[in-house]
Amino acid sequence: MPKNPEIKRVMVIGSGPIVIGQAAEFDYAGTQACRALKEEGLEVILVNSNPATIMTDRDIADKVYIEPLTIQVLEQIIDKEKPDSILPNMGGQAGLNLGMELEESGFLASRGVKLIGTTATTIRNAEGRQEFKDLMERIGEPCAASLVVETVQDGVDFTNTIGYPVVLRPAYTLGGSGGGIAYNQAQLEEILENGLRLSRVGQVLVERCIAGWKEIEFEVMRDSAGTCITICSMENIDPVGVHTGDSIVVAPAQTLSEREYAMLRASALNIINELKITGGCNVQFALHPTSFEYCVIEVNPRVSRSSALASKASGYPIAKVAAKIALGYNLDEIKNAITKTTYAGFEPTLDYCVVKLPRLPFDKFITAKRSLTTQMKATGEVMSICDSFEGAMMKAIRSLEQHVDCLKSYDFGALSVEELKERLAKVDDQRIWVIAEALRKGMSYDEIHEITMIDTWFIDKIAILVEMEQALQTQPLTVELLKEAKRIEYPDNVIARLTGKTENEIKQMRYDNGIVAVFKTVDTCAAEFKASTPYYYSVYGGECEVDRTHDRKKVLVLGSGPIRIGQGIEFDYCSVHATWAFEKAGYETIIINNNPETVSTDFDIADKLYFEPLTPEDVESIVNIEKPDGAVVQFGGQTAIKLTESLMKMGVPILGTQAEDVDAAEDREIFDRILEQTEIPRAAGGTVYTAEEAKEVANRLGYPVLVRPSYVLGGQGMQIAISDEEIEEFMAIINRIAQDHPILVDKYLQGKEVEVDAVCDGTDILIPGIMEHIERTGVHSGDSISVYPANTISETVKERIAEYTRRLAKALHVIGLINIQFIAIGEDVYVIEVNPRSSRTVPYISKVTGIPIVDLATEVILGKTIRELGYEPGLQPESPYYAIKMPVFSFEKIRGAEISLGPEMKSTGECLGIAKDYNEALYKAFMAAGVNLPKHKNIIITVKDADKPEAVEIGRRFEKLGYTIYATRSTAQALNDAGVKARKVNKISQESPTVMDLLLGHKIDLVIDTPTQGRDKSRDGFLIRRTAIETGIHCITAMDTANALVTSLENASNELTLLNIAEL
Amino acid sequence: MKAFLILENGAVFEGTHFGADKEVISEIVFDTSMVGYLSVLTDPTFAGQAVCMTYPLIGNFGVSKEDMQSAHVWPDGFIVKELSRIPSNFRCDVSIQEFLEEHKIPGIAGIDTRALTKILRDQGTMNGMITTNCAFDKDEVLQKIKAYKVGKAVDKVTCKVPYQIAHTTDLAQNGPVSGSARFDKVAYENGEREPIPTNIKELNGLGLSAAVLDLGATADVIQALAIRGCSVTVYPAYTKAEEILAAAPDGILISNGPGDPKEYPEIVEELKKIYESDIPVFAIGLGHQLMALATGADTYKMQCGHRGGNHPSKDLTTGQVHIVTLKQGYAVDASTLDASKARETGRNVNDGTNTAIEYIGKKIFSVQYRPEGNGGLLSSGYLYDRLIAMMKGEN
Repeated sequence: MPKNPEIKRVMVIGSGPIVIGQAAEFDYAGTQACRALKEEGLEVILVNSNPATIMTDRDIADKVYIEPLTIQVLEQIIDKEKPDSILPNMGGQAGLNLGMELEESGFLASRGVKLIGTTATTIRNAEGRQEFKDLMERIGEPCAASLVVETVQDGVDFTNTIGYPVVLRPAYTLGGSGGGIAYNQAQLEEILENGLRLSRVGQVLVERCIAGWKEIEFEVMRDSAGTCITICSMENIDPVGVHTGDSIVVAPAQTLSEREYAMLRASALNIINELKITGGCNVQFALHPTSFEYCVIEVNPRVSRSSALASKASGYPIAKVAAKIALGYNLDEIKNAITKTTYAGFEPTLDYCVVKLPRLPFDKFITAKRSLTTQMKATGEVMSICDSFEGAMMKAIRSLEQHVDCLKSYDFGALSVEELKERLAKVDDQRIWVIAEALRKGMSYDEIHEITMIDTWFIDKIAILVEMEQALQTQPLTVELLKEAKRIEYPDNVIARLTGKTENEIKQMRYDNGIVAVFKTVDTCAAEFKASTPYYYSVYGGECEVDRTHDRKKVLVLGSGPIRIGQGIEFDYCSVHATWAFEKAGYETIIINNNPETVSTDFDIADKLYFEPLTPEDVESIVNIEKPDGAVVQFGGQTAIKLTESLMKMGVPILGTQAEDVDAAEDREIFDRILEQTEIPRAAGGTVYTAEEAKEVANRLGYPVLVRPSYVLGGQGMQIAISDEEIEEFMAIINRIAQDHPILVDKYLQGKEVEVDAVCDGTDILIPGIMEHIERTGVHSGDSISVYPANTISETVKERIAEYTRRLAKALHVIGLINIQFIAIGEDVYVIEVNPRSSRTVPYISKVTGIPIVDLATEVILGKTIRELGYEPGLQPESPYYAIKMPVFSFEKIRGAEISLGPEMKSTGECLGIAKDYNEALYKAFMAAGVNLPKHKNIIITVKDADKPEAVEIGRRFEKLGYTIYATRSTAQALNDAGVKARKVNKISQESPTVMDLLLGHKIDLVIDTPTQGRDKSRDGFLIRRTAIETGIHCITAMDTANALVTSLENASNELTLLNIAEL
Repeated sequence: MKAFLILENGAVFEGTHFGADKEVISEIVFDTSMVGYLSVLTDPTFAGQAVCMTYPLIGNFGVSKEDMQSAHVWPDGFIVKELSRIPSNFRCDVSIQEFLEEHKIPGIAGIDTRALTKILRDQGTMNGMITTNCAFDKDEVLQKIKAYKVGKAVDKVTCKVPYQIAHTTDLAQNGPVSGSARFDKVAYENGEREPIPTNIKELNGLGLSAAVLDLGATADVIQALAIRGCSVTVYPAYTKAEEILAAAPDGILISNGPGDPKEYPEIVEELKKIYESDIPVFAIGLGHQLMALATGADTYKMQCGHRGGNHPSKDLTTGQVHIVTLKQGYAVDASTLDASKARETGRNVNDGTNTAIEYIGKKIFSVQYRPEGNGGLLSSGYLYDRLIAMMKGEN
């Protein structure tokens, strides 16, 4: 059927801020969908609260609303923009839930708006636990014995009939929030209680435990003619029990025989046919490892993380095709975007193997439990493609950027076989390294399989990698051995380490013997048809398929790898915009990246896409073939910056700011000299390597001091120390990983933190605006609420900031982007940190000022001046609108993580509140972040002594708003002394009722808890904060945040002004 | 041991030998199904050909003998990127290495199968030789390779005498309906084989008799009617129509098979007689092509054939696209169909080649593809139900 002519104006709902379980994949899907809709001549209205996304760019949709994703907001936008249709299945679970609520309330019907892509009935049947179960029963598709319960007692009673263990899954939550496996009644009660609260509808599914079965996923599509196809099968190496987002996933499924594959495929198609899906859908199965018994775990009637992975793994653009199906097209009417001669109505066939590894945040949350469960914890992922499983696994490992490059990177050599057995039983992110050690110690495949339930086929592949390790250590390095090591993607540096040679010797031996990487094409059809889209991956041996074009100048754009805390989707935004800008300037563009969730790895963004690890060796293989005229590293975050030196050694010119200038900003001594020359003040400090040196510097400066490693992201490892003991603790943590660079110890200054992004052409600078942080220094800039335009600093300070920025950019010879953080204390301005590259705030400031700074930076890199680009240099006039960026955290997903804010970044995403009025902007920003107050009007305040005067003021304001205040002993006394009525509650160690009982009693809206120093987990504060987060209570750990929140509540209003960002 | 694949166009691939140690010359084709290696190896349609699997990891689940599509291995040689060192599956009987040795089939591993596929795609299917002789004289060998011709492969693969197969009389004999299988721990620990699930939900063929003309039928095709309850007699390819008609079957299934349909004018003559009878007929693959020839249409050799489990066939009546398994090197030229006798009802979405025909005024229909089984698809079983409905005099 051709396009439905009744569809003219479509509203697309995005997924909001990045949280664990809902990440960049929805920017990829949403962007692809918007482009597909616009290609069809439709008007697109986009709503998403996340400013770091590409989908919220002015040229992706016709109208862009960066507004809170709430029903109220969406209703107002629908009334304003009058779309005829809503596409709800591109914005993850968040978007789908909103679409459902709008439909179910009758609002859409009353406005004559239709849900397209997926009907409400379909969503209900797939997402409602009972409806889904009933439907599966009706069509003979098995589900594990299960019951939806709404009370803990019902859950216990049911489990007594089916037996422990049981799996618990709350309905309508993200990434399995609040779920888990219970092995006994105590665990059951605990998880159920939590899950019931987190579920939007107060329902939890209690289900027979199928842990240990194979977990298989199918990505399927259906059009309105009833054509059903499979895009990709995927197999989780970790059996059922680990969330698929945290599992190692391989595509296509490797260990299914033809019969099993056919059975599950038929089941998946049967299910989407019955659900009458029109678009993409993900079906997850558990398959008994020694039987044909299977059950359907879950169906997601929308694009998902898995669909993004399947799209990248197969070359089939699921979101784009789903959007076209929503418009009425059938699969055989949509062109295959890769071959351009065949159609979307077929099943991709792969002639390579794909491995996905999760990027887990345990390097950030060192107190958190590393265990992997049905609750997703990964912030991002990497994917790799190779012609062997071993090769794909090795590539994926080094793509993680977690100081791992082979199966020896985590050393379990000290463990005995018995200890290894115990360790194998624990499912965590290091399990494949443990398996490798178990194999080294001679454990049999069967023994390992019995403990882990990982299929022996995968264990054998790990064994092949381990055998190579041993061969390299014990045998002479012959050409044949080297060839075999490269076939399974052993990197040169690992071969060098194992053979006792240097990396250069290995490289030379490879070159002398013609052992070089060649590149193959991802083409959806295993070469059956000619492909016209250059989407490449490397292998060793065979024919190289790269089209050796060079009619235009070529630029290499290095991507930013997996999404992690501190390096998020913003850098993908920058990479993509830079690519587009280079293309506009007539360049041939080449992207290298390994993150399957992102827009940058969509195969139609750059002229060529290389899906490869971002290590010097992998990049060099590409450089050898492409011979680019230059590379740009300033847009890909720390990942790309780290490659600068290697690129220069390869003879690739770095476009824009040069490597030595990037170094100058990081090298303490050189930078201090620059500050001296430019007469810019900074906090006193010194560089150290050891704890002894650190203590000496700290005592010279006087506590508190800031301790941090250089060349890190998101303040990783950064701490404020107040004593020698803390210095020792923090230095020990930092030095767990060998440091190539010195550690910095600075005097901690307390003041207003201010941030700018600027473009510099070598002479002039352009500052789109100054952003001010609500939280005082000491809270990482990524975790602070950020206000544009800065509203509490004087004109003098602003001028001083602009002047310092100009001086620094010039002194560092910046060509392109620079990001600087300052502290303002009175009229004095100190510099904290300079990053001569793109930053987290670039998309935000670009959108709210309308100044496309990545595009400008790219033009400047190519030789244009700021004046030539039509801008008056200097600080640009302030917008009449406030745009407030609110950090969003995923603490509830990471058991045991310390949630208090500090110099190390912890947020996973951000959202925006925009309004003419500061208070309204603040209110919208909190709303967008999901801070949903008040419900009960009860708060708990427990603060450290230094914060008590401020706590009194904040308490007074909450009291005025009608809140009842509970406080621990000394805080209660301070409040009551000042005439603020506070009810005293006991500390945890005291007799009941304690603060804990209060939290668990569910009558609390908010906890304000400012932590005392240190990472001591046993402290009451830590427990209070964790309990609050895990019971779904909002918890604030900085007085400035609390202050902002109460201001926003005082100004809460039902009348919101909603703005298309083009109106700014 | 080193092995070489030498192509008719002079290209030489060096790899590692596995399977039987013998030299073969054959027609080299590629198959794109990702899980279908065992079906490919045991499918008579591949007689006279050496097959290159485009999926690089082969042998992962080994060989489960009950999944074989015939008692033999038919390809002359097997070409893969990588053979799994160990097979892993609860029903695995032997590894693929052992299996090929047992069946005396040579193989070559470790070559750039994608490069080979591109040659076959661009230059068309061609002959080649697999050898372990390092000292081959290329000119001499090329002459031999070029001279090779696959001839009348059906003769090799068809059954020698008619036979009857057991049919299902009670649904329980078929094994569980897909989705209802339950792990039986006791049986498993006793080493009992779990029955393979089917997707047959009713025995709509009970009481009917069917004839299968075996041109190289796979087990799935032979069994398809029997597991629906029909009593089935299988006839050799060159059986006279009169003999089949004399048995008065309720319906006839003309099977798939290898090679060029024009090599079998004798069979075409018999099909003409079957066409003239009033018996419902369903023809598959080679059978589909022969039936087209019998009614005056033409067939042709495709550039590199269609072999894989992911082909889109559009049902021109409903507009639905079905993903089907194709294993054919030849196709019917739909433009040559006699409009008074036949109409095209299915077409390959990728390249517009014919995939299905219906015969006007007759209870005869045919498809180029495999209705189910092979390559991991179970979605076209409804075609057998359609034949059964015709046999019952419905529609």
